Amino acid sequence: MIYLDNAATTKMSKTAVEAMLPYLENWYGNPSSLYSFGQKSKEALESARERIAACLGADPKEITFTSGGSEADNQAILSAAILGERKGKKHIVSTAFEHHAVLHTLEKLKREGYEITLLDVHPSGVVTPEEVAAAIRPDTCLVTIMFANNEIGTIQPIREIGAICREKGVLFHTDAVQAVGHVPVNVKEDNIDMLSLSAHKFHGPKGTGVLYARRGVRLFSLIEGGAQERGKRAGTENLAAIAGMAAALEEACGALEENRRRILPLRERLIDGLSEIPHGALNGDRERRLPGNVNFCFEGIEGESLLLLLDDRGVCASSGSACTSGSLDPSHVLLAIGRPHDVAHGSLRLTLSEGNTAEEIEETIGAVKEVVSYLRSMSPVWRDLEEGKKEHLL
Amino acid sequence: MALYSEKVMDHFRNPRNVGVLENPDGVGEVGNAKCGDIMKIYLKIENDVIADVKFETFGCGSAIASSSMATELIKGQPVSEALKLTNKAVAEALDGLPAHKLHCSVLAEEAIKAALKDYYDKNGIAYDPADFPDTEDCEHCAL
Repeated sequence: MIYLDNAATTKMSKTAVEAMLPYLENWYGNPSSLYSFGQKSKEALESARERIAACLGADPKEITFTSGGSEADNQAILSAAILGERKGKKHIVSTAFEHHAVLHTLEKLKREGYEITLLDVHPSGVVTPEEVAAAIRPDTCLVTIMFANNEIGTIQPIREIGAICREKGVLFHTDAVQAVGHVPVNVKEDNIDMLSLSAHKFHGPKGTGVLYARRGVRLFSLIEGGAQERGKRAGTENLAAIAGMAAALEEACGALEENRRRILPLRERLIDGLSEIPHGALNGDRERRLPGNVNFCFEGIEGESLLLLLDDRGVCASSGSACTSGSLDPSHVLLAIGRPHDVAHGSLRLTLSEGNTAEEIEETIGAVKEVVSYLRSMSPVWRDLEEGKKEHLL
Repeated sequence: MALYSEKVMDHFRNPRNVGVLENPDGVGEVGNAKCGDIMKIYLKIENDVIADVKFETFGCGSAIASSSMATELIKGQPVSEALKLTNKAVAEALDGLPAHKLHCSVLAEEAIKAALKDYYDKNGIAYDPADFPDTEDCEHCAL
């Protein structure tokens, strides 16, 4: 199997698994219990908090454990909305290609009377700080812009956007689920007020994540029922997962540069190889993207059949095709960067990790070439394009 | 559980009757690239029997499998029998499709009927328009 879907989830690192085991096997005490057996768990919880804070340049008190990135996004946005409403500010700035954890939360707020401005992300998949500045109004209570896009991997000018928000006195949240552990992220240097991350994107366990909120930014609990997480998130902590997350994050942040050096040439070779397929195109800026992200559109084919045939050849990949999402529309990210519907259906996302090899990349290039040309051979759309009845878009 | 039945995967991996027919007696194309599925059916009709049938499909696994199965179900059948093909028969022959993929079997039925209608039109054969679904408006796109 060639696993090229690391933006969906990653394999847990051995270090992370080993960090979890003691809390699964032996130290099952509840961190909220008074006796020393429970307090041992509490110590582990706080140690994980400190180590995660250190990786992000944050203070441990600024770290709240959540069930993952989606919960963190929900809590960050809803908290900022409540804070804004109290000051009569009910306008939020975001982008058209955020993760649905952000977009759906914003839609909910819109139904409750908030105004939402979604910025254009251009064919490059990058929003400019000037556009963010221009969109901020006196009644803006929050700017929420993802650090790196989950589909096309493009990295946003977070530090500059954060500086603008700070200057204008507007809270700035970033969904950094795809970025943390892959590119340098420092909440202080990057002027971030709130940040979401998810452990399973950097070789940690699923079902756990973090919401960073700068000191002074009040969070409101989504889940009531206990005083855990300083009253910001009720429920007994998933200690084993949190310990695994801390270990995985320390490992990923420690090896950031080494991993980048390992992955980047593989990504570049994969982009070059897939660029040889006629009438295909890379989605999003080639330079300003995550080290492991490759995303292409191929004309005349549909993504789901491409994925199924790649699966038969042992390649795990993903697509923004409507058929793979269960909805009728193709990926909102590809539409946001200006890809027409018919082209967006034929997308392929391959996301690498440091565990991939040059041989796997060569095999994948061969498999994609073969499958794309096979599917085109039975596609009436491709026939029309080749016979000149329709114009090529790519 | 796998996404698709063994039957669907078999017809997807080894589609029957893929290709085009030179000088077909009827051609039908339905669907819309915007929605992500287009099916094109070519018919060769001799003595009121479907002597040969080929298809081309742009779409997902179940769209390709549905086209393949639909061509198998009508090949060698009298035109009158082919006209009775339903999306349900296609889906059942594939041992079922996931609920959100049933429109693929609808598309296959519509493509076959569009090709039969084309045959009738070309040959000036009278027919009851009620036998043919309106494939101009794809309800899937209208949503």
